[in-house]
Amino acid sequence: MMFFLEVLIGGLMAGVMYSLVALGFVLIFKASGVFNFAQGAMVLFAGLFFVGFMELGVPLLLSLLLTAAVMVLLAGVIERLVLRHLVNQEGIILFMATIGVSFFLDGFGQTIWGSNVRQLDVGIPTDPILLFDGDILIQSFDLYAALVAGVLLAILVVFQKTRIGRALRAVADDHQAAQSVGIPLNVIWVIVWSIAGLVALVAGVMWGSKLGVQPAIVSLALKALPVLILGGFTSVPGAIVGGLIIGAGEKLAEVYIGPLFGGGIENWFAYVLALGFLLIRPQGLFGERIIERV
Amino acid sequence: MSTSTAVADQPLLSVNNIEVIYNHVILVLKGVSLQVPQGGIVALLGANGAGKTTTLKAISNLLRAERGDITKGHIDYRGERVDQLNPSALVKKGLIQVMEGRHCFAHLTVEENLLTGAYTRGEGRKAIEQDLEMVYTYFPRLKVRRKSLAGYTSGGEQQMTAIGRALMSKPDMILLDEPSMGLAPQLVEEIFDIVHKLNREAKVSFLVAEQNTNMALRYADYGYILENGRIVMDGEAAKLRENSDVKEFYLGLGAGGRMSFRDVKHYRRRKRWLA
Repeated sequence: MMFFLEVLIGGLMAGVMYSLVALGFVLIFKASGVFNFAQGAMVLFAGLFFVGFMELGVPLLLSLLLTAAVMVLLAGVIERLVLRHLVNQEGIILFMATIGVSFFLDGFGQTIWGSNVRQLDVGIPTDPILLFDGDILIQSFDLYAALVAGVLLAILVVFQKTRIGRALRAVADDHQAAQSVGIPLNVIWVIVWSIAGLVALVAGVMWGSKLGVQPAIVSLALKALPVLILGGFTSVPGAIVGGLIIGAGEKLAEVYIGPLFGGGIENWFAYVLALGFLLIRPQGLFGERIIERV
Repeated sequence: MSTSTAVADQPLLSVNNIEVIYNHVILVLKGVSLQVPQGGIVALLGANGAGKTTTLKAISNLLRAERGDITKGHIDYRGERVDQLNPSALVKKGLIQVMEGRHCFAHLTVEENLLTGAYTRGEGRKAIEQDLEMVYTYFPRLKVRRKSLAGYTSGGEQQMTAIGRALMSKPDMILLDEPSMGLAPQLVEEIFDIVHKLNREAKVSFLVAEQNTNMALRYADYGYILENGRIVMDGEAAKLRENSDVKEFYLGLGAGGRMSFRDVKHYRRRKRWLA
């Protein structure tokens, strides 16, 4: 029983890391209907800049601020050079554009900062914590990651109620109507991509501290896909819950079902789970109900 | 008339001979001109596909989002050219459109919908709360429904939300596209009553595109009839109502009283407006 709990908690904590990436996808998808394939690359990009600044001897907080500025600037550039010219095009065209952006960021980041694995230490403690007289062992790093995700979620939920947040949701619902009441779409897009960039920065710092900043983060970030399918592409809480389910699910599956297949199912179990989910509830657990009225 | 009164009589909005092309090929408006005086209610009438919505979208500049472009002519608002301004700038100047089919934000509550209308205003919370109350006095029903998701309210309530949302921007002029669409006759009456009231009390000018000719001409001061992308007739609403062609084509009333729909169609085929 204790072992089960330990695996479960470990899985949930790992899931939080997926949620961090999934959040970025949700934000952009909600506001513009664009599936931003580049979110994973943005995580790496942010991580590279952050670790780069740190290695140059810039203090931690300043590095964080500088990288945040880079991500906001990036959002502006993407809007200016890509999105603005593709307004009103099919979703698939925008999707392909984000694939292009993804490869560009992946390559450009490495051109500037190199492609070595770089250790990142922002001072998050990594010593294990023992619960229940040592029966359950959890990583304190995971605990901090969960805390960070919680704070981020709270900020995003509060933000939804502000004037800008309301405008973002309005654009997500009906961008023509949003335009008709005077909400400028290009400004909103820059804001959304900036927020997604900042979320990517948080994810980049967390992933980077855990695994080191390395190009493999981009493909790891794709684990966010099953998370999105589970939680719903349009739901911020869905991204969090989806992440937890995927994280816990794959760890539990690895331990309890894995041996039947000779192990190693952790890597693909999430995708199978998502596939099964698509058949039952395509809009995801928390996806927006489709309101259809005349 | 002396020149000084001509300046004073300068219309709030004037559309001058505009031509609109969609996708670089489809010519939709072929030289439309119209005027809306300060404080007036002007009706833009015509059948499906005549170009009413395109005219309104050309004015509010929502055309670009549909790959449409004004290729000739110009639009003046308060004597100033506005056809190059984006919708957001126009809303700031007090010109706002209520789109056909309501277009409420389905996943926002009624109140949040109204608040989005105040997006362009830099004013503090207090002024905006005040206007929210003002909207609720015009539409008491919205106050009851304020916490409901707009997507779950009735068609009439959505139309009210859409108009209320536009009011929140403190407009001088509202372009109202097909407010009667899909509503019960009683509700249509109610909506037009409120339009009339807003016009008198809040001094909002209206350009209303309508297929419901009868209703529109009852509330408007002036009317334009649009067919195939051209204005084919215009005049004071009362006169248009008495015009025999309008009666035949749009009100279904012939010389011998109410005509059957079949005759109207037949007559239409024989006599085209500009033929």
